[in-house]
Amino acid sequence: MKKLTIPEEEHMLSGHTACLGCGATIAMRYVLKALGKNTILSIPACCWAVIPGVYPHRTLDVPLLYTAFEVTGAAISGIREALDAMGKEDVNVVGFAGDGGTADIGLQALSAAMERGHNVFYIMYDNEAYMNTGIQRSGSTPMGAWTTTTPGGKKRMYKWEPKKSVAEIMVAHHIPYVATATIAYPEDMIAKLKRAKEIKGPKFFQILSPCPTGWRHAPDKTVEISRLAVQTNVFPLYEVIDGKYKISIKPKNPKPVKEYLRLQGRFRHLTEEEIEKIQRHVDENWKALLKKERCSQEEE
Amino acid sequence: MKMILTGNESAAWGARLSRPKVIAAYPITPQTSIIETIASFIANGEMDARYIRVESEHSAMAACIAAQNTGVRTYTATSAHGLALMHEVLIWASGARLPIVMSVVNRAMAPPWSVWTDQLDTMAERDSGWIQVYTQNNQEVLDSIIMSYKIAEKHNILLPTMVIEDAFILSHTSEGVDVPEQKKVDDFIGEYNPAFKLDPEEPAGFGSLIMPEGPYMEFRYKMALAMEEAKKEIKKVVEEFNETFNRNYSPFIEEYRTEDADAIMFVLGTIGSTAKDVVDSMRSEGYKVGVARLRYFRPFPAEEVRRLAKKTNMIGVVDRSYSFGPGADLFAETKSVLYNHTDIPVKNYVMGLGGRDITPAILRKVFLDMLHIAKEGVADKEIEWVGLQGDERWS
Repeated sequence: MKKLTIPEEEHMLSGHTACLGCGATIAMRYVLKALGKNTILSIPACCWAVIPGVYPHRTLDVPLLYTAFEVTGAAISGIREALDAMGKEDVNVVGFAGDGGTADIGLQALSAAMERGHNVFYIMYDNEAYMNTGIQRSGSTPMGAWTTTTPGGKKRMYKWEPKKSVAEIMVAHHIPYVATATIAYPEDMIAKLKRAKEIKGPKFFQILSPCPTGWRHAPDKTVEISRLAVQTNVFPLYEVIDGKYKISIKPKNPKPVKEYLRLQGRFRHLTEEEIEKIQRHVDENWKALLKKERCSQEEE
Repeated sequence: MKMILTGNESAAWGARLSRPKVIAAYPITPQTSIIETIASFIANGEMDARYIRVESEHSAMAACIAAQNTGVRTYTATSAHGLALMHEVLIWASGARLPIVMSVVNRAMAPPWSVWTDQLDTMAERDSGWIQVYTQNNQEVLDSIIMSYKIAEKHNILLPTMVIEDAFILSHTSEGVDVPEQKKVDDFIGEYNPAFKLDPEEPAGFGSLIMPEGPYMEFRYKMALAMEEAKKEIKKVVEEFNETFNRNYSPFIEEYRTEDADAIMFVLGTIGSTAKDVVDSMRSEGYKVGVARLRYFRPFPAEEVRRLAKKTNMIGVVDRSYSFGPGADLFAETKSVLYNHTDIPVKNYVMGLGGRDITPAILRKVFLDMLHIAKEGVADKEIEWVGLQGDERWS
């Protein structure tokens, strides 16, 4: 019999208020399974500020500090230093924030917290737009996507700019651990979280979390789309430990990006030419990542 | 122990003696020397605290909120634009009922850039749910920080507190200060005993979503009650402090020669000490004038202000800030609590904005204007801007 690699313990209880097929809820469930009960969460304004339920209900059995939108980096710093001052160094401190709260409004506080080197986890659950306010473009929205603030229209005003690479920005902070993960690969995600748990210092995770409501896909396609994001190299899984890149999954024959795009209504307007452009962008990023892996490992 | 300290060093000593466990701070003139002094205390092992050198004042307050919610005493300090940047999280701190103590060095808001004293920064935060105490000298700066922890941390209060000092006039001016013994301060404040905290042993959520029928409104009402309750606790703690440390602070309003005064000048901060000097010289000439210095703007001591009005025939309210409503802040609030309680004239003198000097000569002219109004029984106008360039009346 194969050994179960995903912990059976549950810290996410029933009764959450997320949309059907929400990837961010799956991400939280795995994160808490990996880190365990001795964890304090800090959550800014985002979907996850609503998902735990309305006062006095709470779908998580770990302590949870709700905060203002842009402060996750500062909040986890404060929690960590207070715990250490009280001699509670064994408690995991986890910031759990969306892509808007991470790539945009919270980037300053995040950057500073990482640079200061607090012993914390920062987890960006990346659903690629401001989903809690109803699908507005963020810096982490991918090239070509429809959102309510890039609605297309007669002028085809979609989100044409490339997605900001927050994980790469974090690598530039020279922190001990940076990883990407996604919910279709829970063993990979949990193994990374457990590795990171052994490291003292700032740990950053970017977890791609499909959003049926905002990505305009069927709720039962969440895991499939998450898997396709990896198989098409749209969202490569890798980790960077002390500056050394290690790609977690290298698809032997990467699927065309089109297979990922066609399942999502947010890309339905794209022309063949535009899909080609996105494919080239994905290919270039993948090649650059391979180079980073090679170069950083060569230094040894 | 007697020491020669600036206002900012006094603030740093007040914080050091109160033993906060986490300090999160960001530099801004004229506050910076507070956090520099604290950094050197910690670097020299004289103070046992975690120091988070944040990237903004917004993060300074956010980190204090998170640390205090985790169960430790915290401290920070700021001025003007730093305070304004904190605005969102100031309201968070009070709403979360976290007894954070913060020094604020009053500085004018730009544009145009000015680093000098002016009270618009703190007045703009009067509705943030923080207790506000305005100080007049460096001793009061130090002492007020100690008293503030004791008041704020009481479980029937749990409101954060701003200890406010004027830029440069206090922040960068040295005076003799009596620095209390650590042991005495420890005994006076006691160990921090949080009413609630983030704890994996007892998981709870702090600040979750609430529906209109949920207790949001009740939470605000409880804050209003706590602010009212703070009046009693302030009185008790100030009296206890006076006794323990041999001081003589009035809890809310420091009165000087108000007893048979025809007119009383009502002020905040260091204007009080200049005004007292002017009162002495005018009294020696036979003018019956007095000065009352408000210490706590939040909670606003309505009863004490009404009692003050009963002693005199005219109140001149000096504001070092301006609100674009019915006069400046101290004036508007004073008038509102006096309505239906007295018919005496009350006039607003707006002066000293952007650090413009408030000299004894100007205050003397203001007192003479006040005495004239006291005699007439009616103010010529509600609001007077004093000391504008080219205005001969006040120069």
